[in-house]
Amino acid sequence: MPTIKMTSHLYRFFPHLKNRTLSTPPGSVAEVLSAINDQAPGFTDYILDEQGALRRHVKVCINDTIVIDRKGLSDLVQDGDTVFIFQALSGG
Amino acid sequence: MAETLLLGTRKGTVIIDRQAAGWRARPILHAGVPVCYATRDPRDGTLWASLDHGHWGPKLSRSRDGGKTWEDISSLKYPQGARHIAQVLPTPDFDPEAPVGEPEYANATVYKIWHLAFGGEEQPGRMYAGTIPGGLFVSDDGGDTWTLNRPLWDHESRGGDLFTGGATSENHWGGTPASIDYGVFEPGIHSIIVDPRDPDHLHVAVSSAGVLESTDGGQSWTGRNRGMLMDYLPNPEADWGHDPHFVTHCPGQPDHLWQQNHCGVFYSDDGARNWKKVSDPDMGVNFGFPVAVDDRDGRTAWVVPGRSDAQRMTIDGGLFVARTEDGGQSWQALRKGLPQEDAHDIVLRHALDAAGDLLCFGSTTGNAYLSEDRGETWQCLGNNFPPIYSVRFG
Repeated sequence: MPTIKMTSHLYRFFPHLKNRTLSTPPGSVAEVLSAINDQAPGFTDYILDEQGALRRHVKVCINDTIVIDRKGLSDLVQDGDTVFIFQALSGG
Repeated sequence: MAETLLLGTRKGTVIIDRQAAGWRARPILHAGVPVCYATRDPRDGTLWASLDHGHWGPKLSRSRDGGKTWEDISSLKYPQGARHIAQVLPTPDFDPEAPVGEPEYANATVYKIWHLAFGGEEQPGRMYAGTIPGGLFVSDDGGDTWTLNRPLWDHESRGGDLFTGGATSENHWGGTPASIDYGVFEPGIHSIIVDPRDPDHLHVAVSSAGVLESTDGGQSWTGRNRGMLMDYLPNPEADWGHDPHFVTHCPGQPDHLWQQNHCGVFYSDDGARNWKKVSDPDMGVNFGFPVAVDDRDGRTAWVVPGRSDAQRMTIDGGLFVARTEDGGQSWQALRKGLPQEDAHDIVLRHALDAAGDLLCFGSTTGNAYLSEDRGETWQCLGNNFPPIYSVRFG
């Protein structure tokens, strides 16, 4: 099964995900995020806007590859892959 | 007399309590999260903060125990199919003579939850939220669930119903510079007014469009911009295109509305059917963002003037509040206790509030000042707050 790793900043909102190895069934990025949402209700509200697109300062990678389809989230995540969820931090 | 102040700041929510020794701030809440508006529901005491997450999308946060614990609410969303005509920020190569092309449409997403208002006493659970990109949301269950007000979203002044097809009318709602932080140039609702005599009587103010009124609980809306004047479009008296910075009313005389506009201070004593410019540029009363009105006397209001839309800072380095007690015919500068040298603060649209004899404002420089005598004298509540976006008595 794919493994999920995410920025620790998300633990502020979902503390029960901390110190856990998170995995989901393989599928599209959209399906993987939906599966995370099943384990942490409300998770996708932080990652996606209401149209289902990745929020502007969020990046998702499958292994070393940044997901380009930020609206359709169609990239496939396969068994053994690692999905990374990052945010861009900036400002003062 | 109000016992609590809520500050929405760039780094969280600050609650300041009146104690025997004076007003004292609690440790900051929502630490590190920009809070663009914080307020208290006078009906049941629930505290609300609008979280302006840069990364995770705007959220509401609610406390039902006086600020001890908070829960985030993610249910304020545009429904599937909600679209708006995409605004274009004029660029240096913008050609105003170029033929107008077909409008471009964008799927709606909440960029900012800019203002919150509460229904009447007989409407427990009724709340309103104004957003960028210009949608008014309504809740009837204390904020658990929200519905987009379609009559305003589909209003003919912004192109009609775009859920099922293209625009059927011209869009007159311009973008607000406050939206540029989100990479867009879209309108925003920053002022929502509920008439205490009739909770189905509503006003909203939109940057940049103007004021709209509903007398049927939001089922229909009418522009209320007669008498408004602007100095940045060819026709200063156009029906639309105005830039109210904040609009509020007198709770005891709800037909008395006040508007600090980009182009001056405006006053209406007939429920916004007619506006009158009541600026006094000679004493600096013209540009600014916030306005507060006395609880009982609709002719008494306060503004915090700034120098010009181009500079947006105090006038000659001296911070003052201006008060009128005669509907804007005359203004008095109130400076006692406020810094008069090397002060360059600007006070944003939600960062001034009045409650009885109390007044408070906060600046983007992180200074907060309180008056307990209607503005005659001021005391400093702190000089090192984060940039302050909103101030509300609770």
